[in-house]
Amino acid sequence: MMRHLISAADLTRDEAVLILDTAEEMARVADRPIKKLPALRGRTICNLFFEDSTRTRISFEAAEKRLSADVINFAAKGSSVSKGESLKDTAQTLEAMGVDAVVIRHGASGAPYRLANSGWIDAPVINAGDGTHQHPTQALLDAFTMRRRLLGPDAGIGQDLSGKRITVVGDILHSRVARSNVDLLHTLGAQVTLVAPPTLLPVGMDSWPCDVSYDLDSTLPKSDAVMMLRVQRERMNAAFFPTEREYSRRYGLDGDRMAKMPEHAIVMHPGPMVRGMEITAEVADSPRCTVIEQVANGVHTRMAVLYLLLGGNEPAVSHARPVESESK
Amino acid sequence: MSKILIRGAKVLGGEAQDVLIDGETIEAVGTGLSAEGATVVEADGKVLLPGLVDLHTHLREPGREDSETVLTGTKAAARGGWTAVHAMANTFPVADTAGVVEQVWRLGRESGYCDVQPVGAVTVGLEGKQLAELGAMHESAAGVVVFSDDGKCVDDAVIMRRALEYVKAFDGVVAQHAQEPRLTEGAQMNEGVVSAELGLGGWPAVAEESIIARDVLLAEHVGSRVHICHLSTAGSVEIVRWAKSRGIDVTAEVTPHHLLLTDEMVRTYNPVYKVNPPLRTENDVMALREALADGTIDIVATDHAPHPHEDKDCEWAAAAMGMVGLETALSVIQHTMVDTGLLDWAGVAQRMSVNPASIGRLTGHGRPVSAGEPANLTLVDPAYRGPVDSAEFASRSRNTPYEGLELPGRVTHTFLRGRATVIDGKLA
Amino acid sequence: MDSSAHSDAARPVLEGPDIARVLTRIAHEIVERAKGADDVVLLGIPTRGVFLARRLAAKLEEITGRKIPVGSLDITMYRDDLRMHPPRALARTEIPSDGLDGRLVVLVDDVLFSGRTIRAALDALNDIGRPRAVQLAVLVDRGHRELPIRADYVGKNLPTSLRETVKVQLDEEDGRDAVLLGEKQASPAGER
Repeated sequence: MMRHLISAADLTRDEAVLILDTAEEMARVADRPIKKLPALRGRTICNLFFEDSTRTRISFEAAEKRLSADVINFAAKGSSVSKGESLKDTAQTLEAMGVDAVVIRHGASGAPYRLANSGWIDAPVINAGDGTHQHPTQALLDAFTMRRRLLGPDAGIGQDLSGKRITVVGDILHSRVARSNVDLLHTLGAQVTLVAPPTLLPVGMDSWPCDVSYDLDSTLPKSDAVMMLRVQRERMNAAFFPTEREYSRRYGLDGDRMAKMPEHAIVMHPGPMVRGMEITAEVADSPRCTVIEQVANGVHTRMAVLYLLLGGNEPAVSHARPVESESK
Repeated sequence: MSKILIRGAKVLGGEAQDVLIDGETIEAVGTGLSAEGATVVEADGKVLLPGLVDLHTHLREPGREDSETVLTGTKAAARGGWTAVHAMANTFPVADTAGVVEQVWRLGRESGYCDVQPVGAVTVGLEGKQLAELGAMHESAAGVVVFSDDGKCVDDAVIMRRALEYVKAFDGVVAQHAQEPRLTEGAQMNEGVVSAELGLGGWPAVAEESIIARDVLLAEHVGSRVHICHLSTAGSVEIVRWAKSRGIDVTAEVTPHHLLLTDEMVRTYNPVYKVNPPLRTENDVMALREALADGTIDIVATDHAPHPHEDKDCEWAAAAMGMVGLETALSVIQHTMVDTGLLDWAGVAQRMSVNPASIGRLTGHGRPVSAGEPANLTLVDPAYRGPVDSAEFASRSRNTPYEGLELPGRVTHTFLRGRATVIDGKLA
Repeated sequence: MDSSAHSDAARPVLEGPDIARVLTRIAHEIVERAKGADDVVLLGIPTRGVFLARRLAAKLEEITGRKIPVGSLDITMYRDDLRMHPPRALARTEIPSDGLDGRLVVLVDDVLFSGRTIRAALDALNDIGRPRAVQLAVLVDRGHRELPIRADYVGKNLPTSLRETVKVQLDEEDGRDAVLLGEKQASPAGER
């Protein structure tokens, strides 16, 4: 395992499968009367959120607490002008207080990468979403959800998503979820198709390991999972699409469209949903929609990531003592 | 006045010759010149160039003396082999009045390391709305010839047209920072493969090219000359090439960093690579080199843009745009243009001294290395190779993208009107 | 565990039939001591303890004619040396559906050595339920305890030196049944 988790693209297939397998074991803990494991006892994790995201923060917090870590929540006031000094200084301040790992959400693409690589702090960094760049734990929880639903919790163990056809629909341009999913799903052997109006696809994505379509209807019958991304109404004002009505007519998922999907196919959404925009209430509330499962799976997946990144030896410990025989 | 004999220098890279300086002037150029009464500088095969002229620097004074002053900036210039630099107008206050340009000009005279020629703002406060008093700046002691809102584009077509027309009265030139503002809202880096992956706001090539296309057509229409700052794309090269073929009076510059670095560097998210216009692709770099070699691009200018450490020691989006360049420019040009065989040293002299002096109408710079000419000279050791170490910089700022990079060439001596400003690589 | 590293030097101290006989004996002991094994739940410690637990359960069912609940208990995150190694992949914890509360839990493992694994297993149990009592069954006890822990049912007591290794092979995982005694190699990582 690597020291940090910055981008879904950094994960190998085997690492990703190990995370998903570990998440599966974590999921079973959720069924126990005591939903707690001692793996991170005595470790302090700081959730450093420069951007408001209550659901991601709570998900990490739940994962950290279930692993018995001590948790510090730091919400830097969400001003978009939070200067560079504050990121460096804030991180250094927290490290001085004995933080063992930093989970960071930041509005600026690359901020977690900088935090991990600029020598500001030594602690491992976990990216909880940066700008329009990456959101690797979201991609992992999405892949976990797909594997559970499409292969099954037990049948999925050790497996990747080879041959699964995943369609991601919506504002690809501004989506870190889409970028992370393309990277991870490709690594896991899935075939990804991105569907969006051309205005919401980035220039320069020709080399991405996925297909692109402007037409949702022709893609749906060939999908094992359809992931709808949130489309913010403000995008309309910057001429990304003419009106809300036109967007939902061309790219929204309603009951009729869902009927074109294969019977086993699922509908996913990273939340929060904009009902009536990219997804209708009928679809959002249908049993094929995994949005609530994704929330639960987020905790399991983040537990797996935290355990695999932080559960083992710290450099200081392993250097002080040579690796010994396992005591049986 | 004292005499200096530079012995055995390859003038413009040619045969080794001696150059005798008497006072502010070159007295003689030849072989076996007498050293009597002269301080001897053994050139020993080094290359002698006319003192370099930079049409594009940011010396930050007045207003941002924490990043650079005219004094530190001119010291940096001298170390880089420059004898004249143009100081851009985006200071605080903006150099949009005779008072500010005279202040900058006077600070340059006082520094004594390098002539400083202020650039005047085209519009009041660089706001693109109302023409600044261009005539008054020209008539001031600073004698401003080059006008630019650099850092911002003169995007209003009418204002640009009027400025192009107006400066004709005193042979001025408008230097355009070509950047369509609406197409570059939130822009953080070149728009392309890398920006798509990194999720950073894209700065499309078309935002530069569309303004250049418009401005060369405006210049043609009103019969003015126009200068394009820091060309960065292959498409811009094509437009300038076309404009020149039509006889439009356009000149263009390229920065050393756009001749060497690409947007691949941004993958490190290290803001030392954040610059405006942004680093482009390998294809653009190659087109720019070719254009500089064939004369489509007239000059090299540094766009020396010092920033304090804290403005670069942060996340990419929060970081300032710009790189220092005065002290590394000649090495980068040797590396990218001379050592690649695209230019000889005479060609370097043309593009880094003669042509920029001509665009800025500087009479005392960019002159031939021959008897009777002002003794503005730069001696370069092209055989030197070494890593860039910003700790040696005279500039107050260290935001170089070349830290630790091994580059060829080193300025050993710079002479400003007969006086050595740099001796053996150190400030005199 | 790396079996190949030891295969040359290692010598079998128990073979397939021995293991089967030993498990049968343990099963009888459990029935005897648990007075019919009415409330016994077998929990194997992964990996080989789980296979042994299943085999024991089968034997208990033969003896008692009743279904014996069997599960597995992963102790990875409860290990006291967790911080001294890179994180390990987790194994399955499978608790029989009726739970552990009020039951006699028999932990099953292949080799009893320092006792630390069993200490971790007791901690893990604590988070899962409250058994009436906990007992321990092991195939081999090789001594060298570092904690006050002893087994209730021992297949074979095997006095060893610390330079020796004890390796259990089971058909389900290794393709054969054997307990091998070997010399410890110089290479240290991941052995036991």
